[in-house]
Amino acid sequence: MADVAIPRAKPQMSEASAWTQLKHNRNWLGFWFMVPAMAFLIFFLAYPLGLGIWLSFTDTRIGRVGHFVATENYEWLWDDSIFWLSVFNTLLYTFVASALKFAIGLYLALLLNENMPFKAMLRAMVLIPFIVPTVLSALAFWWIFDSQFSIISWSLKHLGLINQNINFLGDTTWARICVIFANIWRGVPFVAITLLAGLQTVSPSLYEAATLDGATRWQNFRYITYPLLTPIIAVVMTFSVLFTFTDFQLIWAMTRGGPVNATHLMATLSYQRAIIAGQLGEGAAISSAMIPFLLAAIMVSWFGLQRRKWQQGESND
Amino acid sequence: MTDLPTRSIDLKNVLSGSSPTADHSEGMSYLQSVPRRIVTLYLPLAIIVIVLLFPFYWMALTSVKPDEQLLDLDRYNPFWTWSPTFKHFHKLLFESYYPHWLWNTMYVAVCATVLSIFASVLAAYAIVRLRYKGAHLVGGLIFLAYLVPPSILFIPLATVVFQYGLFDSPLALILTYPTILIPFSTWLLMGYFKTIPFELEECALIDGASRWQILIKIVLPLAIPGLISAFIFCFTLCWNEFIYALTFLQSTSNKTVPVAIVNEFVDGDIYRWGSLMAGALAGSLPLVILYAFFVEHYVSAMTGAVKE
Repeated sequence: MADVAIPRAKPQMSEASAWTQLKHNRNWLGFWFMVPAMAFLIFFLAYPLGLGIWLSFTDTRIGRVGHFVATENYEWLWDDSIFWLSVFNTLLYTFVASALKFAIGLYLALLLNENMPFKAMLRAMVLIPFIVPTVLSALAFWWIFDSQFSIISWSLKHLGLINQNINFLGDTTWARICVIFANIWRGVPFVAITLLAGLQTVSPSLYEAATLDGATRWQNFRYITYPLLTPIIAVVMTFSVLFTFTDFQLIWAMTRGGPVNATHLMATLSYQRAIIAGQLGEGAAISSAMIPFLLAAIMVSWFGLQRRKWQQGESND
Repeated sequence: MTDLPTRSIDLKNVLSGSSPTADHSEGMSYLQSVPRRIVTLYLPLAIIVIVLLFPFYWMALTSVKPDEQLLDLDRYNPFWTWSPTFKHFHKLLFESYYPHWLWNTMYVAVCATVLSIFASVLAAYAIVRLRYKGAHLVGGLIFLAYLVPPSILFIPLATVVFQYGLFDSPLALILTYPTILIPFSTWLLMGYFKTIPFELEECALIDGASRWQILIKIVLPLAIPGLISAFIFCFTLCWNEFIYALTFLQSTSNKTVPVAIVNEFVDGDIYRWGSLMAGALAGSLPLVILYAFFVEHYVSAMTGAVKE
């Protein structure tokens, strides 16, 4: 037994030491630590992203395997006036909503940064629109903007400002205003609270010094607050633009793209074409057409971050 | 001037305090007279807060109003009701699948969140502390993954879900939601792990602890605030998610609350508003209650995500 055990023990020893070495190897350990996250991201994010681009070059429908049709879907979309209308709507929606979200959010952040009673409670209350699921608050807006029983129409009528109900979601211009308003309503708390976090890092002594030098409130804002806040504004607005651009649920719950496609965004149009009409290839082409816009937004974010590092005098690590 | 923003955001202070450096609570506000403060501060603030909260008041009021008061705006004042009714909630709880939907949403949200936090803790620890070859690159890629929106992924994901035979099952959502949650929570936890002193780990390594033991016994207990933040934020994101749930689920009893309310309650019935608003209110309440208990963690998750 003994001379059987000894030769066996030796390879075990060397194997164990190789195993211990491996156990302390950063790359080997790091690989295994990354496996769960990477598995999710590769199977359900990277692969579908590639698959989506591939689908946009095929004529796949629901329940039928597609064939490669080169750029036929894109050529079809190029001549599709509804597609161009949705691009226009998306750009209008993103631009107007983001600009107003930024303006109101910054204003709200400046107001919340003042000293006042019940400060903590106010700040907590402001965030509630951001907590509640978008679809559910969109339903509340749907009811507020109802064509017959709208509380806004009722109030305006009783104030004597209008004679008949406003057809909020039935008129193209009003419908656009309403969805943009709902989007701003939902986005302002996020912008305000994140900018507030940035504001709180600005040392009050800077304002005191500037005020002693005779700076007005506007000069305080323009030459102290704004420059110090620029980096965080860049990041927050990138997120805001990205999520506004790809918005789906607010529109779907309030108007489903109507009236006469006036509120169709690229995301809602791709859902309608791909899932409801079953033209997966065409829907994929519409959503792939969003990618260049998203890349542009990401580039802006990237340069915003670079600039921040440069301001802080850090190397790019 | 070395104290530039975003470096030293004190997350706990966002809600409660003003600047961490301001020990004098008055600040410079004494420079302003009271009437001026009312016009420049309290009035605009009141208007914004009222606009932000009015939809919830309206939601709550509609859900307890009797039907005849809902549609008769001439005889009753629409801004208040003296005869609240729980009829709509009763209908919701006992004559619809609502409890089912609530359970589905909860189940999917908890499972997806737990899975994502598990994966993110390992990934964040490996990126920040193991620093394997290419860790920085992987960190950058994960940040990019955060920027990929669900609305360009749902079409190919629908085909993937169909291929794997997951269509119309909660598992489809449990497996796809982590793609939204993992990038966010990894990024958040990386920030937390960076704040834990290296020396603690070095001591443990000298004492012979394995990396796994270090993670479980040293890093995680110290990162509990970060874990809570990540958990709450992920849970909220799951609850809020709409487009995947709308695309991947078909049968009425499998749906999540947001999708079910939009699709099942919106029929031609003119009296639907009461139960619709009751459903919306009941679907928001769990999140609002959770939020009320963990406001600070929530805010730190939100600001932490843009901080890095």
